[in-house]
Amino acid sequence: MTTISMTVNGKAVTGNVEPRTLLVQFLRENLRLTGTHVGCDTSQCGACVVHVDGAAVKSCTMLAVSCDGSNVTTIEGLANGAELHPMQAAFREHHGLQCGFCTPGMIMSAVDMVNRLGPDLDEKTIREELEGNICRCTGYHNIVKAVEAGAQAMGATGQRVAAE
Amino acid sequence: MASTGIGAPVRRKEDFRFITGKGQYTDDINRPGQTYAAFVRSPHAHAAIKRIDASEALASPGVLAVLTGADLEADKIGGLICGWMIHNKDGSPMKAGAHPALAVGKVRYVGDHVAVVIAETQAQARDAAEKVAVDYEPLPAVVDMNEALTGKTVIHDVAPDNRVYDWHLGDKAATDAAFAKAKHVTRLDLVNNRLAPNPMEPRAAIGDYDAGNDAFTLYTTSQNPHVARLVLSAFIGIAPEHKLRVIAPDVGGGFGSKIFIYAEETVCVWAAKRVGRPVKWTSDRTEAFLADAHGRDHLTHAELALDERGKILGLRVHTKANLGAYLSTFSSSVPTYLYAPLLSGQYDIPAIYCEVEGVYTTTAPVDAYRGAGRPEATFVVERLVEVAARELGQDPAAFRKKNFIRKFPHQTPVIMAYDTGDYTASLEKALEMADVKGFAKRRRESARNGKLRGLGYSAYIEACGIAPSQAVGSLGAGVGLWESAEVRVNPVGTVEVLTGSHSHGQGHETTFAQLVSDRLGIPIDQVAIVHGDTDKVQFGMGTYGSRSGAVGMSAISKALDKVIAKGKKVAAYAMEASEGDIEFKDGRFGVSGTDKSLGFGEVALQAYIAHKFSGQELEPGLKEGAFYDPTNFTFPSGVHICEVEIDPDTGVTTIEKWTAVDDFGHVINPMIVEGQVHGGIAQGVGQALLEGVRYDASGQLVTASYMDYCMPRAKDLPSFQVGTTVTPCPSNPLGIKGCGEAGAIAAPPAVINAITDALGHEDIAMPATPQAVWQAVQRRLPAIAAE
Repeated sequence: MTTISMTVNGKAVTGNVEPRTLLVQFLRENLRLTGTHVGCDTSQCGACVVHVDGAAVKSCTMLAVSCDGSNVTTIEGLANGAELHPMQAAFREHHGLQCGFCTPGMIMSAVDMVNRLGPDLDEKTIREELEGNICRCTGYHNIVKAVEAGAQAMGATGQRVAAE
Repeated sequence: MASTGIGAPVRRKEDFRFITGKGQYTDDINRPGQTYAAFVRSPHAHAAIKRIDASEALASPGVLAVLTGADLEADKIGGLICGWMIHNKDGSPMKAGAHPALAVGKVRYVGDHVAVVIAETQAQARDAAEKVAVDYEPLPAVVDMNEALTGKTVIHDVAPDNRVYDWHLGDKAATDAAFAKAKHVTRLDLVNNRLAPNPMEPRAAIGDYDAGNDAFTLYTTSQNPHVARLVLSAFIGIAPEHKLRVIAPDVGGGFGSKIFIYAEETVCVWAAKRVGRPVKWTSDRTEAFLADAHGRDHLTHAELALDERGKILGLRVHTKANLGAYLSTFSSSVPTYLYAPLLSGQYDIPAIYCEVEGVYTTTAPVDAYRGAGRPEATFVVERLVEVAARELGQDPAAFRKKNFIRKFPHQTPVIMAYDTGDYTASLEKALEMADVKGFAKRRRESARNGKLRGLGYSAYIEACGIAPSQAVGSLGAGVGLWESAEVRVNPVGTVEVLTGSHSHGQGHETTFAQLVSDRLGIPIDQVAIVHGDTDKVQFGMGTYGSRSGAVGMSAISKALDKVIAKGKKVAAYAMEASEGDIEFKDGRFGVSGTDKSLGFGEVALQAYIAHKFSGQELEPGLKEGAFYDPTNFTFPSGVHICEVEIDPDTGVTTIEKWTAVDDFGHVINPMIVEGQVHGGIAQGVGQALLEGVRYDASGQLVTASYMDYCMPRAKDLPSFQVGTTVTPCPSNPLGIKGCGEAGAIAAPPAVINAITDALGHEDIAMPATPQAVWQAVQRRLPAIAAE
């Protein structure tokens, strides 16, 4: 077992893990942050996307030990208390989710997309940038609308990820 | 109230927990003292089990038990069941082989369950599962249905030719007569490709045993927890129903694959008593590909008889349906009663005859997947109609219109009595929205850019609102398919609705609350929808077959009628008026002809304090239940038009435009309904362009991850134009038809009709991958050169 420490959603955390423990397992099982999901195990579906030191990462494909000392933001850390992050609000407003399982990863990827590319995203860009996130429910139609609107709202408020 | 009532695009009440990471899916639940299960799965498609040696696994760190089929037998736990009896042409019953939850003597597909390891951690369970030594004697794999039907290799002794059933529907003599007088016959051989349903949440289960009360709890990813409890109790024999609670919490999509009662949850709940601790199992994606029931997988020969003007005279269909290695819960019904009764499509076809052979192969079980039988039927009808129109040189839209059913009710030759519809209205609206008039210009534009453009129609019908219990009982169903609801009004006037429907993405917590808000005149946030727990909801049949609106909400509507009727009695006592003078409107009980009235909450309080009436006159309280059994199926229908552009150099097909016009009857929440249409189309496009489960000749699954099985991604799809027409359903109180499966049913033939239109009628099988399209283009080159 190895002892690791990191900052998750603004809080310092420490845990003992096997070297093979994945970041997503550390988040879900050690920290009980179950908003981050596992959908495929092969870094294809993106249900497990979190931000590590400000960049989107598939947490099913990163070892927990390699995040020692990192700053991690999960879906639970995105809202500012009761106030939703603009991207979360846009997913609700535009019906960008049905079963909700892919949603945390979608939202974390979408926020990262805006952080990297800015708030003015066209449909083609959004569809291409969502390459790493699979949704089986929505046909992506409303996810694309939500990301577009969420990006605009982030631009209007000058907001990046709340906890970063 | 208009903003949250029926017809309003109310934003979903359930979304807050999902967008903040606070959903509670089965794998998010952890029980004190929980252990973990890992399954030992067969690496062979077909093999005899000679010996299982668990000694090394049992000696591994953290291992508590290794259990096999012999242990299940010792505890008298029964096998998994198929709940729909199909009879052969000669009246004899189908041949169903035994389906033990853990294999006994033999394995029949790669991924079949051989043993389970229970350990302290998931990693320890998985490590030890690799150390269970199983001595297999491999037997020949049989993946191909035609090979299976030779009977050279027998999968179940009960079915020596691997034929589960040889079933038929319709009038053979009348159909043969129609073909005898036909001036033209269109013939097609069709493959309906095998799919993996792939809800994004993999299946999971936690079995928990309370020794003090000798009672079990199962948390599971189920679309129908009461049916799971019924089967686990009455057939598999885990425990009687009052000693087994099944909880299906937030469920991350189902699409049919979470209807069924599988080996894994059976084993977890049983093993919890064996090891005396909770047992949790969570599928990984590869296990999901191996062992979740697949969908579709038909081989069909179909023929359409036509007169000299292109009027359809008859339809003849022969289908071989791959049912896999065992009969899953509803598998037998999917290629029979959920398939052949839809073969009339939207068309007036005087004679139809359909034969179906259900076939065992050494592959994963095949069962209902979004649409279940109806996409397969629609693919047959809409490909045939399209090809017939082309062969006769007629416009495909005009050809369809000419053959549409126009008078309702309409009795088809294959069981169904369509109640209402206006197929021409949907087609005309779709032609307009898709700008079909401008297509020729767009096609010339594509040609100038070296691209091939095509237009494809699909005019589908489905039978939803499943289903009238008496009708399905007469066809072999083991259960009734009504739905239940209970409306509990609290003393302050807030309301809890307990429903037997189950939401796994459909937004019931919102749409059902809209109905209650609309009917009772109370704010939507004063309504809570409770589902997915057999200890809370008395009984229910669950969610599939687009039944939750038409059947589930009708049950709620019926219970609300009773609540209002009781409320009138309470209000009459409270206002010292005659019950006959009480009117309920906009959330208030008023005395007609006076200005006296009480709000809904005030009447609820009066019902509970019971000061104004004695218990002999009227029972205190305000709580009513209802069971609703539909009187007919519902018949959603519509027209989808797909426009594609193909790059002949790469074979890549791009969907340029998608138009959907659907008739779902009355709509409660148009935002949610459109979302269902979008998702269905995406799955149908996935089937047509990208997806296909493949086994190699030795029965190994070669599409066992998202690296090999191509799921639709955002860039594979366009934004969709979605419109509606409305003919209210006459058979339920809300006029609802159902919308959950429409897109998946409509889309595949629309895509293939568009591609074949672009390719100059060169046929192509699904999935029409770039490689397949490129090869079709190459086959077509000589003809193009000649043009």
